[in-house]
Amino acid sequence: MSKNILAFAETKDGKFKNSAFEVVTEAAKLAAETDSEFTVLSIGTDLQNQAESLAEYGVKRMLTVEISELNAKCTSSDFKYSPSSFSKVISEVAKSENTGIIILSATSLGKDLAGRIAVRTDSSVFNDCTGLRVDGGKITATRPVYAGKSFTEIYSESENIVITIRPNVFKAVKSSKAEIKTGKIDINTLNLSETDFSTRVIDVVVSSEKIDVAEADRIVSGGRGLREPENFTLIENLAATIGAATGASRAVVDAGWRPHSEQVGQTGKTVSPSLYIACGISGAIQHLAGMSSSKCIVAINKDKDAPIFQIANYGIVGDVFEIIPALTEEFKKVLSN
Amino acid sequence: MKIFVCVSLVPDSTTKVKISDSKKSIDENGVSFVLNPYDEFAVEEALKIREKNGGEIVSISFGTDRSKEALKKSFQMGVDKGVLIKSASNDFDSFTVARNISDYIKTQNPDLVLFGKQSIDFDGLLIPSMVSEMLEIPAISVVVKLDIIDGKVTAEREIEGGKEIVESKLPVIIGAQKGLNEPRYPNLKSIMAAKSKPIEEIPASYSGIKVGIKEMNLPPAKASGKIFTNGKDDVKELVKLLREEAKVI
Repeated sequence: MSKNILAFAETKDGKFKNSAFEVVTEAAKLAAETDSEFTVLSIGTDLQNQAESLAEYGVKRMLTVEISELNAKCTSSDFKYSPSSFSKVISEVAKSENTGIIILSATSLGKDLAGRIAVRTDSSVFNDCTGLRVDGGKITATRPVYAGKSFTEIYSESENIVITIRPNVFKAVKSSKAEIKTGKIDINTLNLSETDFSTRVIDVVVSSEKIDVAEADRIVSGGRGLREPENFTLIENLAATIGAATGASRAVVDAGWRPHSEQVGQTGKTVSPSLYIACGISGAIQHLAGMSSSKCIVAINKDKDAPIFQIANYGIVGDVFEIIPALTEEFKKVLSN
Repeated sequence: MKIFVCVSLVPDSTTKVKISDSKKSIDENGVSFVLNPYDEFAVEEALKIREKNGGEIVSISFGTDRSKEALKKSFQMGVDKGVLIKSASNDFDSFTVARNISDYIKTQNPDLVLFGKQSIDFDGLLIPSMVSEMLEIPAISVVVKLDIIDGKVTAEREIEGGKEIVESKLPVIIGAQKGLNEPRYPNLKSIMAAKSKPIEEIPASYSGIKVGIKEMNLPPAKASGKIFTNGKDDVKELVKLLREEAKVI
């Protein structure tokens, strides 16, 4: 019997994020393959009543911790975060649960916590993985490096590993519904001190109601082929029609046309949505690195020799100003049927 | 203020990656190395803070002799002096780097330690937060705005779909994200001045690794796609394929 697995389930507005279900699905798989038990841990208020949603993924045990200290000073109604207190809570629970593997989603939060928890629990880190395997009882991982220009197989020298998995890559799969037991851990047993709150989130500013490019299942991206920043309304309309996030190439971000948060590529975000539509993007190496693992890539560009066509599943050579509106209309037509 | 900036040398983002024969690293033939782009934002922020508050900026790099290039690039931007923590080999991971940087900084009483939020080679994003735990100094990473007033730190940290406003106090560790500032270009004067800036070399305090590389591979090759050439007349067919063949709509 191996050491236990602890899966950290992240919440938004008091409910588990989809990425949390991806994490518990992977935790259940690893537990089965390494003959170990897994427990889900979550931090927040009133999470006990969310337990049933985890039970559908085969979770038999959930622990929750409420850090009420974080309610003070934070004006955001949403998620309240302080790095040190979160990493201490997760690490202390992991130690008391005889944990070997701690698994989180590679979200902003998960990536911020992974290194911290690893130092506290003397673990290795497999960060932002796109593949996990058990080989002779040992876990190895695949992680993209150079923004996806290479995929690296890594192993751990230690039995303790903190793993974060890239959102949208692993599928959340429901299994036979389990009988779930829940437990609330008293925060006072975890020895948090004032210094654990020296850094804290006091507010969260939502930049727009739109879907973030890093989390989106569909993305429509625009590049310099759009010619003017105003022409991005074409990209936004197409994106809105199919419920996609908007992305951008580095060229248009550096030119100040689009915010950096939309940039896809090596100094932007690495994405792997089901559908990626690249409009007026030629496909510089650093851009391709960030999106080539998308499941279906559509390229629209006037230059038939543009590198983007080499990795596209589908493409149209032609004028983006004619094709994008036509594509938007056609999508509207088929989606209304 | 006593400011440290941690810098590294990485393959330029235009690099077409090839894997070496050992399959454990990239083939470095023809690869040009640059200061990690995110470190440029960290250096620039350090310079702006020094302009306002005075003080000294020391850049630190962990690696082999080649890493001196990263220190020299930071000198050209305006950093005062550098420390090379010398690794005996290229075989190290995020933990090795974090341990060595922490061991050095803990003797230095820093006010501020800046990093690029990640290097663009191994994309770990781990080192600022690991150093934070090792030194028990708070860290805020993926920072796009930073204000320091009377020892009080307010930062904006980029998250999915928005920003967190984070409060902390000095000393603090910051991981710089693109958008924090516009890094300056070195001018002739600063390039000349950089030549006389000192680099102190110290041996690595720790050389173990926790995560090893089994094998590096290129992404699987993509089968060639269906590319149409009749412009908007092909839109109908494209949507049909997305629906019926790719099943993504």
